[in-house]
Amino acid sequence: MDLLLPLRIAFRALRVNKMRSFLTMLGIMIGIGAVIVMVAVGSGASKQIADQIATMGSNLILVLPGSTTSGGIRAGGGSAPTLTYDDVKAIRNECPAISLAAPSVRGTAQVVYGNMNWSTVIQGVTPDMLWIREWKTVRGREMTANDSDTAQKVCALGNTVAETLFGDEDPIGKQVRIKGVPFTVIGVLEAKGRSPQGTDQDDAVFVPITTAQRKLFGSPIPNTVGVILVQAKDQSLLAQAEREITALLDQRHRIGPTRERDFSVRNLSEILAVSQQSSQVMSMLLGAVASISLIVGGIGIMNIMLVSVTERTREIGIRMAIGAREGDIMLQFLAEAVLLTLLGGVIGILMGVGSALAISALFQWPTLISADAIGLAVAFSSAIGIFFGYYPARKAARLNPIDALRYE
Amino acid sequence: MSGPAATEVVRLTDITKSYQMGEETVHALRGASLSVQSGEFVAIMGSSGSGKSTCMHILGCLDRPSSGSYALDGETVQDLGKDQLADIRNRKLGFVFQGFNLLSRTSALENVELPLVYGRVPATERRKRALEALSMVGLAERAGHLSNQLSGGQQQRVAIARALAGRPALILADEPTGNLDSHMSEEIMDIFTRLNSQGITIIMVTHEPDIAAYASRRITFLDGCIVGDTKGGGDNGGQGEAA
Repeated sequence: MDLLLPLRIAFRALRVNKMRSFLTMLGIMIGIGAVIVMVAVGSGASKQIADQIATMGSNLILVLPGSTTSGGIRAGGGSAPTLTYDDVKAIRNECPAISLAAPSVRGTAQVVYGNMNWSTVIQGVTPDMLWIREWKTVRGREMTANDSDTAQKVCALGNTVAETLFGDEDPIGKQVRIKGVPFTVIGVLEAKGRSPQGTDQDDAVFVPITTAQRKLFGSPIPNTVGVILVQAKDQSLLAQAEREITALLDQRHRIGPTRERDFSVRNLSEILAVSQQSSQVMSMLLGAVASISLIVGGIGIMNIMLVSVTERTREIGIRMAIGAREGDIMLQFLAEAVLLTLLGGVIGILMGVGSALAISALFQWPTLISADAIGLAVAFSSAIGIFFGYYPARKAARLNPIDALRYE
Repeated sequence: MSGPAATEVVRLTDITKSYQMGEETVHALRGASLSVQSGEFVAIMGSSGSGKSTCMHILGCLDRPSSGSYALDGETVQDLGKDQLADIRNRKLGFVFQGFNLLSRTSALENVELPLVYGRVPATERRKRALEALSMVGLAERAGHLSNQLSGGQQQRVAIARALAGRPALILADEPTGNLDSHMSEEIMDIFTRLNSQGITIIMVTHEPDIAAYASRRITFLDGCIVGDTKGGGDNGGQGEAA
């Protein structure tokens, strides 16, 4: 017997009890819908984190200067200027696992253009920094090594700063004043959006590190840098790079049993990967909770199928007398259960996708509807149909034809 | 009446059937033997509890005997498994029940097609044979009607068509007129008589003598044994023969 026929018979049987079929499907619809929405919200969140990680640049290691200790009170990490240009050069030359190392200093200052002003983060960087962070220049030119070597008074604006100060005007070649020092705008950087910590990465101005130290922030100890950003050659070399940098700086700073380490090395990508992982775990948990409602829906299907088998005992008897085998009866009722769950599943997917889109539109939550989740939902709902339809179908198939025919 | 090369359609040999009913063992059949040739029209009679229904179930391959052997159209069936019995019912038997037993909300044609569906007959062939069977009972023009839109007599005619569709070796009718008034009963019996005259073998259970009178052979059951077997008659005059 072809497979179309049992489906047609099943479809007719479901049409006879429209309300009952609908209510039975409702459980599956809600279950599948909930799974789709939960997975969409969860994977939307983890994709957002993944995107943010991508904006940070890849395979990053952060080297932070150590803390200051004055009068027994230790300030936070990064508060003491313990890293130097020579450290940067040493890392660059002596650690085989790294590809780039870029020092930076940062501070906040007011930027003035015409009658507009804006307080923002000023970062003194080398051209390497923007390379490592894969941060492209969308207008004007990139900062060059010459700018930084000769301490040119030039700057590149983050997107937010450019929009705030210049609006529709083209900032390239214009003069802005930072702490009263005039700088020429040479470029505008592409918009990066929010960092994983929630700060606006585009709210920043980049100047050559040498210029920043000489003209803007000064430095109590000459030749020191703030943070060193290091890029490993490859993801697999991250841990090795971390070890190499630590060993090298331990040696250079003469860290030993009597001297506390005055710097710290952080694997940035790893930290972000952990936060992504936790959001994935969260979305799996939500999906698991939602799938409980699927099981409840499946039990509803089983219940109704049992009622249906009892109601149609006589029909089963007729079919058997006419020559239906156990397998034929089995297939008929399984087809009915699977049709119920599949229809419920498809409607549930539509409801789930609709709700996910509505959530995105109403609450500005990122949602991601994946084809995988939909395929899984379809497979899962038919599996529920087979699983919960099996027992009633077997009960029908095992009926004794004489008893079934006599059933009133 | 039967064709020149009559074959043995049914051969029951020393059939017994007993089953447990609570504490008691009920002996429904106590060694029944019966042979039916092709082209015969047999009426099985007997009061309730005489074993005629049990015999019918065994003849219909719906039940298996406790002992004895049963050959249907040359095939020994008493030891077959469930699926094999289903196939035998499908290929060799046609059932007509007292309560019609059509699928409701299903067209007459689809009801008649049903045995062919389980016999894995291709769709076009199925349709052709179902229409043929319907025209044999004079209902070809009602093919599209739903079974519950038909009168009782028409429903029983559809049931007969369904029994015919599989071109079975034997038609088993269990009180086919039990739910019908006398006029409709006559109509149904006329159809049976006509089908029989075309060479179709029929075994019919009834407790009404005037219905049994349509048959060419009457078998009487009492307490699980065959106690009477008379041939002849078969005239439609309705002259009942006391059982």
